[in-house]
Amino acid sequence: MIAEIGLAALWLAAALAVLQMVSGAFALKSAEGEVNPLAIYARPAAVVQAFLAVLAFILLLRAFAITDLSIKLVAANSHSMKPLLYKLTGTWGNHEGSMLLWVGVLAASGGLLAAFEKRLPERTMGATLAVQGFVALGFYAFLLLSSNPFERLPVPAAEGTGLNPLLQDIGLAIHPPTLYAGYVGLSVAFSLAMGALLTREVNPSFARVMRPWVLGAWVLLTLGITAGSYWAYYELGWGGWWFWDPVENASLMPWLAATALMHSVSVLAARDALRTWTIMLGVLAFSMSMLGTFLVRSGVLTSVHAFAVDPERGAFILGLLGLYIGGAFTIFALRAGAVAEGKRFAVASREGALVFNNVMLSAILAIVLLGTLYPLLTEAFNVRVSVGPPYFNPASAIFAVPMFLVMAVGPLLRWKSDKPARLQFELALIAALVIGVIAAVSFFGQFPLLPLLGLGLAAALAVAAFLPLRGRNLKRVPVATWGMVLAHFGVAVSLFGMACEGAFSQERLAAVAPGGTEQIGDFAVTLERVTPVAGPNWTAIEARLAVSEDGGEPVILNPQARSFWSPPMSTSESALLTKWDGQLYAVIGNQAEDGRWQIRIWWKPFVTFIWYGGLLIGLGGLLAIAGRVRVDVKRRSATAKGAQRRADIEALGTPPTPIPAE
Amino acid sequence: MKAKHQRLVLVIIALLAIVGAGLLAAWSLRNQANYFYLPEQMAATPPDVGQAVRLGGMVQKGSIKTEADGVTVNFMVTGNTADAIPVRYSGILPDLFVENSGVVAEGSLGPDGVFIATNLLAKHDENYVPKELEGMGTQDAAKMAAETTVGLN
Repeated sequence: MIAEIGLAALWLAAALAVLQMVSGAFALKSAEGEVNPLAIYARPAAVVQAFLAVLAFILLLRAFAITDLSIKLVAANSHSMKPLLYKLTGTWGNHEGSMLLWVGVLAASGGLLAAFEKRLPERTMGATLAVQGFVALGFYAFLLLSSNPFERLPVPAAEGTGLNPLLQDIGLAIHPPTLYAGYVGLSVAFSLAMGALLTREVNPSFARVMRPWVLGAWVLLTLGITAGSYWAYYELGWGGWWFWDPVENASLMPWLAATALMHSVSVLAARDALRTWTIMLGVLAFSMSMLGTFLVRSGVLTSVHAFAVDPERGAFILGLLGLYIGGAFTIFALRAGAVAEGKRFAVASREGALVFNNVMLSAILAIVLLGTLYPLLTEAFNVRVSVGPPYFNPASAIFAVPMFLVMAVGPLLRWKSDKPARLQFELALIAALVIGVIAAVSFFGQFPLLPLLGLGLAAALAVAAFLPLRGRNLKRVPVATWGMVLAHFGVAVSLFGMACEGAFSQERLAAVAPGGTEQIGDFAVTLERVTPVAGPNWTAIEARLAVSEDGGEPVILNPQARSFWSPPMSTSESALLTKWDGQLYAVIGNQAEDGRWQIRIWWKPFVTFIWYGGLLIGLGGLLAIAGRVRVDVKRRSATAKGAQRRADIEALGTPPTPIPAE
Repeated sequence: MKAKHQRLVLVIIALLAIVGAGLLAAWSLRNQANYFYLPEQMAATPPDVGQAVRLGGMVQKGSIKTEADGVTVNFMVTGNTADAIPVRYSGILPDLFVENSGVVAEGSLGPDGVFIATNLLAKHDENYVPKELEGMGTQDAAKMAAETTVGLN
């Protein structure tokens, strides 16, 4: 019964999406200050739809929890012997389940918007909900017509086929839901942008409504990408943290657009400039989310992490993509001219720096987009190519380096217009840090150019991030400003980690007999023994490595080579020794004919800073949201108090006259 | 400068930067067109020594030899023709690296004509087949799919 209820909930939700779309559209017919009687159904439809879509997802979770093998999806992706946690995470470790999660988050964010957003004019709100309903409808159609997660098997399976062991990891429990919430949070930014474009209500108060959604989606994307990078690093066993893999790029592209959008929406909210540009980025950011979904879900690209792919579904998503992105950009092209002009600003100003950052982010986005799609284009001409780091690294660095430089200076500039001469000290400090660090590091040896630049920029950014606080009373600095400082410092921390990993990593690869010792950096690694071990659904060989730093007390590391039996495959479980200044990363390989074991050990100085930086960036975003919400609440209560006082005064008739002092 | 003019200037700057990025991408991607080689292509027009490329093909039967250090492996990669490229790789072999199965080697050609692989991509999960290998003859492709894909019926 449960599967049927879930399916019914999805159909009902789709019907409500139609109602939301039509009713919301009537809001555009509302006269000034009035609400069209047919427009009042949009909000309740969005809320009930959210409830139904989330219900459907919970029902699927339950089917996975109890391993209901009469459901095709469960039989194809789960196994009764699997640990409960991975049964649950297996719900979204496949195509249908992850699309249901996507739709659930889409509906939930639409429902939240409908339930809690009261500041937007009703016409804009109606148009926004209509667009949100339209987007949801397409994805309901996709689920119901081509990827029904609740499909029953004619005869229940005797046992499930299991879940790809690479996905049986706590990383999968966190990474996709976070990323999806971010992707889909951008759908609200998209709907708001389209709603405002349709009603021409693009102004600072609109930007203040849009900003928390953009910030929230951006924080989730940041954390999702950070978690995904760490997962790939420790789970794939290759010791890398970014592979420029199409699936990774699929999450990076919306992040780049969202980063630009977050900055431009702040300019619009604070200074009433960049009106059309913000709308365009709102459309672009969600377009990138959908493109990412298409790339990952359609099977057009092979990737080390693409799973559950099916080319036939590609056409459906491609159709949706064309409809939404094409439609949105058509409306944008037709309406953009009608959006009123924003305020002017000089090139040397905070706005100017933010525009520069936006343009650089867009250029990097173009580089990543073209590199990701290029193999698809050439394949149409029967030429097969793979595009890898030799393209992505230098091409994106050309735009990233000036962006980081301006990022250090931008927050120090004044709004509207500024004189660079005012910042002589700061500019000199930043230049000295970049050049000084590069020169100092080059003195100690030959290092590749990009890590060197990264180190110089990281040092400058780390210091510059705190310069906006200079000479201010720290107690009176707004929370949102602290958020910016922290996020920019996080970028410096990540950059430092990436540069150190690129420049100073050491690697040792050897075949070692039990009892043998290998030296890497300050560490002596002894292979004590190799033993077989068994887990709930796998067996493994496990090495016991005694790691001793500078002859100190040894620490034990246990890298494993695991074999799963359903589906039959092997994974490498790396073992990590985390120190404050880096990580020792160990992997065990095959046994040579003479009985020696292959072991591979990396010393990666400060590699953890890559992810600490990601967490700091996310935390900065959270502070910015908290700061904005606080200011909004204060402003609202201040207006309420003002209204109350005016009412009190009116009720008294005449204002009380102060008693004249004698 | 009027607001309208400023908007125009902004649009032009943004367009220039993005078109610039596009041109840069197109230019470097054209160089990347030679990034992936089949053995016969590498035999006919070898890439420059040291240039980062990928070599994809099948691991020739009986060609896998481990050196005395226990971690360096030499093998031959073949494609649709008789051409075979010798490959040397130091590292932990992917679990599904076996004779007669598909492999993509990342690395560069050494001065002695041996391809020095820094990374080997064999079958990665039960659904993954290196897309580049689809260009092999139907027979080889079918054989490779059968041998390198576990769990698909």
